[in-house]
Amino acid sequence: MATGTTPTDARSVRDVSADGARDKSLAGHIGPDDLARAEVRDGVLFDVRDLQVFFPIHEGFFKSMVARKQEKRYVKAVDHVSFQVKQGEILALVGESGCGKTTTGRTMLRLEEATGGDILYKGLPMRAFSGKALREYRKKAQIIFQDPYNSINPKQTIFDIVAEPLEVNGVTSSEREKEERVVKAVSEAGLRPAQEYLYRYPHELSGGQRQRVCIAGATVLEPDMIVADEPVASLDVSIRNDILKLMVEQKDKLGVTYLFITHDLSLAWVISDRIAVMYLGRIVEIGDTEEVVANPRHPYTKALISVIPVPDPLAKREHVILAGETPNPVDIPSGCRFHPRCPEAIDACREIDPPDVHIGGDHYAACIRLK
Amino acid sequence: MSATATTPSQTPERLEHKGLIEVRDLTTRFKLTQGWVRAVEKVSFWVGPGESLGLAGESGCGKTTAALSILKLLPDNGKIVSGEILFDGKNLAKRTEYGMQKIRWKEISMIFQGAMNALNPVTETGKQIAEPIILHEGISEKQAMVRTRELFDLVGISQKRVMDFPHQLSGGMRQRAMIAMALACNPKLVIGDEPTTALDVMVQAQILELIERLRRELDLSFILISHDLSVMAETCDKGVIMYAGEVVESGTVAHLFNNPQHPYTRQLIKAFPNIHERREMVSSIQGDPPNLLDPPPGCGFSPRCNMKTGECVDDPETFEVEPGHFVRCHLMKRGVS
Repeated sequence: MATGTTPTDARSVRDVSADGARDKSLAGHIGPDDLARAEVRDGVLFDVRDLQVFFPIHEGFFKSMVARKQEKRYVKAVDHVSFQVKQGEILALVGESGCGKTTTGRTMLRLEEATGGDILYKGLPMRAFSGKALREYRKKAQIIFQDPYNSINPKQTIFDIVAEPLEVNGVTSSEREKEERVVKAVSEAGLRPAQEYLYRYPHELSGGQRQRVCIAGATVLEPDMIVADEPVASLDVSIRNDILKLMVEQKDKLGVTYLFITHDLSLAWVISDRIAVMYLGRIVEIGDTEEVVANPRHPYTKALISVIPVPDPLAKREHVILAGETPNPVDIPSGCRFHPRCPEAIDACREIDPPDVHIGGDHYAACIRLK
Repeated sequence: MSATATTPSQTPERLEHKGLIEVRDLTTRFKLTQGWVRAVEKVSFWVGPGESLGLAGESGCGKTTAALSILKLLPDNGKIVSGEILFDGKNLAKRTEYGMQKIRWKEISMIFQGAMNALNPVTETGKQIAEPIILHEGISEKQAMVRTRELFDLVGISQKRVMDFPHQLSGGMRQRAMIAMALACNPKLVIGDEPTTALDVMVQAQILELIERLRRELDLSFILISHDLSVMAETCDKGVIMYAGEVVESGTVAHLFNNPQHPYTRQLIKAFPNIHERREMVSSIQGDPPNLLDPPPGCGFSPRCNMKTGECVDDPETFEVEPGHFVRCHLMKRGVS
């Protein structure tokens, strides 16, 4: 986060090739051995630097012939994002739909390619990973999806689902070792005794139990980080809280680092150590969870916190309801991208792309009025 | 429609009841091959004119079935077994399908769950909203479109978007269009089934504010069905907490949230984080809701209750612990804790 954000200039967009290929000169120069030797320095597991993920818009044949001179257009899903993920923390990435939180998470897993900037994993630039290094890296970073009903194979038993990552990656040498690790992961995910669940099928389990199976599938490789993409959005309240508790438990006991992607700031507040609030492809505020929620500085964060419903009818608070909706990430507003909806905007906001302002401690907010 | 002649099924005199709508001991069951599912069991509540009532509980507690029973839109295997639905002096439970057609949309309308995704993708949004107006008011399409434009204004969508197809509108705008459709025939009561569930927080706040404004301006009664107690606390005057098809506690929102008495209400409230209080881990309720094909005897919540006693196998009475605050639990015999 310390690296200042640079204003978006047209050149950097054009430098990116259409399919967002990586810088060829760097590709492949980090092998699996380098990855094995790499260590976490200063507790920073991931260092995301000025990350950009742009998706080119493919125009139809006719349009491309007629408007040939027109500049190639991009959906700027993630636009100059910098932050760090510390080992053993739960970092929450919060924002409304379309703000780029999922794309950021997927890029950290190399499920999307960065079109600009880089992500350093244990100090190594991810864009330089060779094919073999990438395979090694895949064991170190896992993902849990939102919908536990559609993200696991209904024809496999729980054992097969959880054992599959081990088989694909050739991690275990014997059947016995494989079974031991599956049993361990399944019971750590709260399905105890594991033996009772191993040979069942997903349809025999409830939604919460299925999500536990997904978590077991993610932890069985003992990854450094798990990206949890809205892991509780489709679950009932009571089950939701069980899964949140499980995430905290795994962080505390197994030292798993979580990138918790959610649209619900109140859930992020409950379990995360730090919160990053995203708006239209940019992190607008980041910091210690309790600090950000108690003392939000960016107008967007303030508005977001003010509209979260609370189970207390007597707590009549002022709601800052923003008009309109998040703009299209193809045509991002000039200056501060939040200015058209900002209740506190001044004239300068239309021109100046705000840098991150240090509030104190770990707390940064991108607003020129904070200077 | 030239419906000047009164249908013989209609009772001429007005039935006396509380508020605009009063549901008395409503019991609805579903027939499955394995037997009857007890979806709604002896549910009672009432809503006054201009009042808003929240119907809350976990999934499967019967809140949507209760609402569908009011409109008699139950699936073929569903049946209102007993109870009365008294609306504006009429007992809807006894009404024929023909009689209900005159009530639906004109008197009571509903914003269905996920309906914003059920708009016809190949018909202009405005035309879909005009459709119930043409059907119920018997006016020309042109006049109906004038009314549709007014409705778009009312719910905060630009009139220019009337001829947009649903895919051209954002999620929030589609939900506004659904609200416009619910208001199309000036109903007295609107039922919203999870009207903000699939929306972002900011859009949710916009929609809830819109509903609040319309309720004031049009003096509407509103029934909000939600799994989210926080939303109910912020938007409703009164609330009903349901569990396993039964009402466990009801009262004003202040009763329910500031002085909850039923163990289930207490545990459910704790499951929702309050961002303005001290940070603590949200709690969860142990166990799963019962199978309603074979519900447990007595209190439905007793298998999961942390204050269970021997008498919980008997049906608990409903106690009025303070004026307007009802709790269905044996513990209330010993007075309010």
